[in-house]
Amino acid sequence: MSQRQVLQVFEQYQKARTQFVQMVAELATRPQNIETLQNAGVMSLLRPLLLDVVPTIQQTAALALGRLANYNDDLAEAVVKGDILPQLVYSLAEQNRFYKKAAAFVLRAVGKHSPQLAQAIVDCGALDTLVICLEDFDPGVKEAAAWALGYIARHNAELSQAVVDAGAVPLLVLCIQEPEIALKRIAASALSDISKHSPELAQTVVDAGAIAHLAQMILNPDSKLKRQVLSVLSQIAKHSVDLAEMVVEAEIFPVVLTCLKDKDEYVKKNASTLIREIAKHTPELSQLIVNAGGVAAVIDCIGSCKGNIRLPGIMMLGYVAAHSENLAMAVIISKGVPQLSVCLSEEPEDHIKAAAAWALGQIGRHTPEHARAVAVTNTLPVLLSLYMSTESSEDLQVKSKKAIKSILQKCTYLPALEPFLYDAPPNILKHVVGQFSKVLPHDSKARRLFVTSGGLKKVQEIKAEPGSLLQEYINSINNCYPEEIVRYYSPGYSDTLLQRVDSYQPLTH
Amino acid sequence: MATLARLQARSKFVAQQYYFRNSVVDIFRKKEYDAAVKIQSWFRGCQVRAHIRNLHRVATIIQKWWRSYSGRQEYQLIVKFASCAMKMNLYNAMAVRIQRRWRGYRIRKYCFNYFYLKEYLKAVSETNDAIREALEEFAEMKEREEKKADLEREEKKRDYQARKTHYLLSTKQIPGIYNSPFRKDPDPWELRLQKAKPLTYQRSKVKQKRCISLSSWLACTSARSFPRSEILPPIDRKQCQGPFRDITEVLEQRYKPLEPTLWVAEPISELKVAREEFRRQEWMRDVNDNMFLPFSSYHKNKKYTPLMHSSSKYGPNSYGSQHFRDENPKKWICDKDFQTVLPSFDLFSKYGKLYSKAGQII
Repeated sequence: MSQRQVLQVFEQYQKARTQFVQMVAELATRPQNIETLQNAGVMSLLRPLLLDVVPTIQQTAALALGRLANYNDDLAEAVVKGDILPQLVYSLAEQNRFYKKAAAFVLRAVGKHSPQLAQAIVDCGALDTLVICLEDFDPGVKEAAAWALGYIARHNAELSQAVVDAGAVPLLVLCIQEPEIALKRIAASALSDISKHSPELAQTVVDAGAIAHLAQMILNPDSKLKRQVLSVLSQIAKHSVDLAEMVVEAEIFPVVLTCLKDKDEYVKKNASTLIREIAKHTPELSQLIVNAGGVAAVIDCIGSCKGNIRLPGIMMLGYVAAHSENLAMAVIISKGVPQLSVCLSEEPEDHIKAAAAWALGQIGRHTPEHARAVAVTNTLPVLLSLYMSTESSEDLQVKSKKAIKSILQKCTYLPALEPFLYDAPPNILKHVVGQFSKVLPHDSKARRLFVTSGGLKKVQEIKAEPGSLLQEYINSINNCYPEEIVRYYSPGYSDTLLQRVDSYQPLTH
Repeated sequence: MATLARLQARSKFVAQQYYFRNSVVDIFRKKEYDAAVKIQSWFRGCQVRAHIRNLHRVATIIQKWWRSYSGRQEYQLIVKFASCAMKMNLYNAMAVRIQRRWRGYRIRKYCFNYFYLKEYLKAVSETNDAIREALEEFAEMKEREEKKADLEREEKKRDYQARKTHYLLSTKQIPGIYNSPFRKDPDPWELRLQKAKPLTYQRSKVKQKRCISLSSWLACTSARSFPRSEILPPIDRKQCQGPFRDITEVLEQRYKPLEPTLWVAEPISELKVAREEFRRQEWMRDVNDNMFLPFSSYHKNKKYTPLMHSSSKYGPNSYGSQHFRDENPKKWICDKDFQTVLPSFDLFSKYGKLYSKAGQII
């Protein structure tokens, strides 16, 4: 009888603890409760519960802690300062899979906020146990561990190196090969976080044989997995030519292009990022992409989406066109220029406009042929207005100015140049007049047209400092015409004519 | 003398004659002189002219020859120059031809080939078209698949709904809600309900406990191992002719369940498993894992009672520590001690299940 009563007390206590932990875990899911919980001192109450004798309570306490730490970095710091991490790390190796999952969740939640917090986790020796968890039988545990490792590795190169040194990469590559989609996804994301920092880290990922498996997964129907896979490949390819070639050698090429047609926006974005990262290295790689029809696919992709998703595609076109004139020509015949000019005029964001302006400049700077292709689409006035607009960001102004300059210096398509005579600022006018002075001496039709369209008059009205480059250009234009015409169109000619009328003495018989 | 006389005689005459003749001559002298002068002048004139003519002719001939010679010389020179120039022109033209070829070849090979570029660009645009088409097709296919999947899902859902609301089906007597008597045709839902199979109440299956002991593996439950004799052997099969065993007996033999020997029938660690199971049960029933001890310092007060062996004053028996293999664990091959298991009698376990050489059951 008395024993029964005594036991009942314990039972009640256990029930109360369980309930408390469960409620806290529940409340922690809502952001509006977090502050109240924090003020109520939930941290100090949860900490002893992590050491509870009942496994369920431990797990739930860990879960609650994880949710709290997930919320903001103050709470995460509180977890670190409360010396909870060593306990978690210790039990991560010991306990059952539910607890492992919860503990890995806490580590992840703490590590995601800042490099310092992630470093604190590393200092606790969590990496080794997390890596051991990657070998666990349960996919859930693997997933949680891979997630935590990825969040630690994403901050900087040192932390990534620590993760690599703990031997996580081969196990992550094994995780990619598991049948569970979620695990694949998380492992791929962790690999992408590791490989993004430096060529050496990317090389370790490549050495673990990740590329072949990743390349196979490009065709996976799960779009979130595709996102991560494409992101890993682009993070690997971005570092050096060798790595990019390794990625290309995995025969990703016609396959990746299907991702550009995907429903999911981020799949599109990551696919075009991957193509961009490969294309930017050498003309040969760009040529490979062009030959595979990648440029057309990217252009279509740019046409089919909006905003930031376009950006990598636009930059990819710029990179391809920058390598050589043939590649730029390939971009032009793939109908890239109209698409870019649409981007230039449609996009609301300055940085995308800047990218489009840059890409157009890269396309148009090679030969008169290229410049003409750009000028025909009527992009030059748009670029000029972007350059002149006060609302444009500084970067956009600089980029559009550069683009205008590089296109104008090659442009011999006079109808596109003429409007510039009227509304261009002097620093651009110089190039416009220069182009006229180069073309007019050789083209009689254009000379005639230049006069009839009023260009010559406009040129006479330009006030150039004597001896300047602009004045030289104007002189060489004037030299193409008979003197009377030049004088006829120069300002103030009517006055001089009238003066002559005044001073003329008629012969009287 | 006569001659002289004659001569003398005649001298007078001669003198006269002489005089006469001289006077006659003198009369005509002037005339004759003039005439002679005239004749001479004419003659000389002729002579000189002839000479001069001769000279002229000769000079002309000389000049002709000389001029022809010098003209020929000049002509030779001119021809030489002209042929030289012609040759040079030809050579230049040929050189231009060679240079043209060579330059064209070199530029095309090393610098820039317009036709190659044109072809390349054409190929690129063709590839682009192909890729665009392929991607379009791919996207379309995806869309179709998705649409199909959507339709199927929808259909399934509706089917489930129909099965769930199958009780709304009209009967012969009472029209259901989808089969209003005021309407001409019944609602399509009614037809669906007719087709649907009513949803039966499914009792939730009791989860079978997963057994992991050896016996469960050996019970031939899975389809991949031995088939169980669930399907009864055919009854009306005739006895085959020949020295064959009775068919039921053969089938029984064929489909008999696996009967493991006693050696493997029970797991070695059965005791451990049972204990584990017991402990698990206990843990489930217990409120607290730790043994409840009324006093926290109970174990401190407990007095240590040594074993009789070790406390004997005769010293411990060397049997356990020196004679047996427990003594030196380093020499063990594996790091575990032996498990003591009793061997089974083969003969007993196989009794009645083997054929003798004569075909009789032992």
